[in-house]
Amino acid sequence: MTHVSIKELTKVYPGATEPSLDRLSLEIPTGELTALLGPSGCGKTTTMKMIAGLLEPTSGDVTFDGRSVLKDKPEDRGVVMVFQNYLLFPYMSVADNVGFGLKMRKVDPVEIKRRVGEMLELVKLPDLGDRKPSALSGGQQQRVALARALIVQPNVLLLDEPLSNLDAHLRFEMRDLIRSLQQEMGITTIFVTHDQEEAVVLADRVALILDGRMKQYDLPDAFYKRPVDEATARFFGGHNFVPGTSDGCRFDSPLGKLTLPEGAATGQGKLTFRPENVRIAPEAAGQNTLNAVIADIIYLGTQTRLKLRVGETEVDAIMNPNEVETFSVGDTLPIYLPISTLWVIR
Amino acid sequence: MTTKETLGIRSFRVLTGAVLITWLILPLVPLAIWSFAKGWFYPDLLPRNWSLRAWEYAMSDTSGVLASLWLTIWISLVATFLSVLVGVPAGRALGMYKFRGKEIVELLILAPTIVPGIAVVLGIHSIFISLGLTNSVEGVILVHLIPTLPYMVLVMSGIFANYDPAFEAQARSLGASPLKTFWYVTLPAIRPGIIVGGLFAFLVSWSQYILTLLIGGGRVETLPLLLFNFATSGRNDITGAIGMIYILPGIIILLLTAKHLSGRSGAVGGFGQI
Repeated sequence: MTHVSIKELTKVYPGATEPSLDRLSLEIPTGELTALLGPSGCGKTTTMKMIAGLLEPTSGDVTFDGRSVLKDKPEDRGVVMVFQNYLLFPYMSVADNVGFGLKMRKVDPVEIKRRVGEMLELVKLPDLGDRKPSALSGGQQQRVALARALIVQPNVLLLDEPLSNLDAHLRFEMRDLIRSLQQEMGITTIFVTHDQEEAVVLADRVALILDGRMKQYDLPDAFYKRPVDEATARFFGGHNFVPGTSDGCRFDSPLGKLTLPEGAATGQGKLTFRPENVRIAPEAAGQNTLNAVIADIIYLGTQTRLKLRVGETEVDAIMNPNEVETFSVGDTLPIYLPISTLWVIR
Repeated sequence: MTTKETLGIRSFRVLTGAVLITWLILPLVPLAIWSFAKGWFYPDLLPRNWSLRAWEYAMSDTSGVLASLWLTIWISLVATFLSVLVGVPAGRALGMYKFRGKEIVELLILAPTIVPGIAVVLGIHSIFISLGLTNSVEGVILVHLIPTLPYMVLVMSGIFANYDPAFEAQARSLGASPLKTFWYVTLPAIRPGIIVGGLFAFLVSWSQYILTLLIGGGRVETLPLLLFNFATSGRNDITGAIGMIYILPGIIILLLTAKHLSGRSGAVGGFGQI
C-alpha cells in the first residue's frame, strides 16, 4: 500500500556525456500496475534499479508515501525486484529460494515452511519445493521468482520484462497470474518492458520512455487513440502520418479536406490514423471517403495488410482477409476513414 | 566406423591414464620400500631384512619430525588462509571489472610463477632483514605468500569472470544485508574456487624450500628442510619414512577435493575465461 512518486529523476553514468535518464517524473498510485515502456537502452532498467536502491541517482528523488527513500539501503526499502533472468539462487532448493526473504527477516523456520507452501500453492507449483531451480522450465522459474518476491509482501514490486522470456501460450497464463496476485495483494507494481503489447496487456497505466525522456504517461488505449507525437505513434505500430493544416473541424491535406472529431488540435500538424481503422467505404460516397489504389497486399494469416496509394500519399491499412480476398494489386479501392479515429499531432 | 573410433579413443585414454599413474606412483615405490628396509643393496630386487626402525625414529621426539610436521602444517594453513583473504577480492577485481593498467597488475601477480624464486628472494631477504622478519615463522609465512598468491588470484579471477553480480543485487532486494548476501549468495558460488585455489596455495606453501631456508635462516625447520637434511646425510630409510609423511597431506587434499578439479569446474579456468 504505497504511493510511489518519482521526481525529476536523472542518471548520468560516470564517463557518459548524455544522461541515461533525463528528469523523469511519475506518480504511481497505490496498488496500481504501471508499465515503463521503451526500447532497450532507454533508461527503464536504470529507473527500476534506482527505485530498488541498487543504483544511486545523479539527481532527483524517489518517495514512498511522500517520504524520500534515497537514503534507505536496498534491503530496508520494502522493494523487491524480479529480474528478467529470474536469478534463482542455484545452490538452493526451490523452497529455500522462496523462503529466502523471510529467512533474512529472521522469521521462524516453521512459519517459513508454512508460508512457502502457501506461496507455491498460489503460483501453482505445490510439489516442486525440493527441486533445484535448474530442474525447472523457464515458466516455472519465473513463477518461483514471483513467489520469492511476493512472500515478503513488499510495498513495491518491480518486474523486469516479466513476459518476454516466455512462449506465447505461457504469456497469457503468466499475465493473468501476475495481474490476479497483484490485485489480490494490492501491491504497487512497476514493470519495464520493450514490448508495447506486453505493456498494454498487463498494465493499468503505461509510461513511454524514449531516449531517456518520458513521452507519454497514460491509459494503455490512449497510445493508440491519442499519441502525443509521431515517435510515440510509431512505437505503437502507427504508420499513417499525413502533413497538413487543421482548423479544429477539418484537416486540409494531400488527401483532401477531412472531417475531424471534436476537440482536435489546430494549426500545422500531422494527421494520424491506425491502419486497422481504415475501412472499405460503404457504397454511398460520403465524408472522409477516398479512392485508393492497391500497391501491395501482404497476407498475415488472421489479417491482411494493404499498402495503398491515395494520389501521392501512401496509406497503410489492415483489413479482415475475407473483406479483401477478391481484390488484387492495381485495383482501385474506395476507403473510408471514420471521423472518431482521426487524431491530429501538433 | 564409429565403434572403431571410440575404441581407438578409449584405448588412448586407458594408455595415457596408465602412463600418468606410472609416472606419479612409480617414483614413490622405492621411497616406501626404503622406509621399511634394513639395508637394501644392489643387486637385490627387494631388501633382505625388513624393519620399522626408520618409522620408530621418525615418530620419536629426538628426530623432530613430528614437531616439524606440525610447524609445516601451521605455516601452510596460515599462508593458505591469508592467500584466500587477499586472493578473493583481488580475483573479483580482475575477473569482474575493467580498469586502467589491468594487464600490468595481472602480469605482476603472475610474475612470481615465471621468475625464479631464488632471484626474487635474495632481494626480499635484505628487505626482510631490515624489517626484522628473518628467522621467524611470521617472516616465512609472509614470504610463502609470494608463490601462493598467484594461484589463488588466478583461480578466483576465473571464477569471478563467470560470476553474475546480479545475484547479489537480487539478494539485497530480498532483504539481505551485505554480510548475509556474501554468506548466502556469493560464498556458495565461489566456494569451488576457494577450495581449488586454497588447495594450490597449501601445496605450494607445503613444498617451499629455498624461501623457507633463506628467510627462516635455518631456525624455521619445515618438513622439506628436514627431509633434505636426511637425504643428504645418506639415511635412505629415514628419508623414505619422512618422505612418506611429507606426501601424505597432498594425497589427502587431492582425494577430498578431486571433484572440484575436473575440467568442467569453473575453478580451473584462470584468466582465459574472462
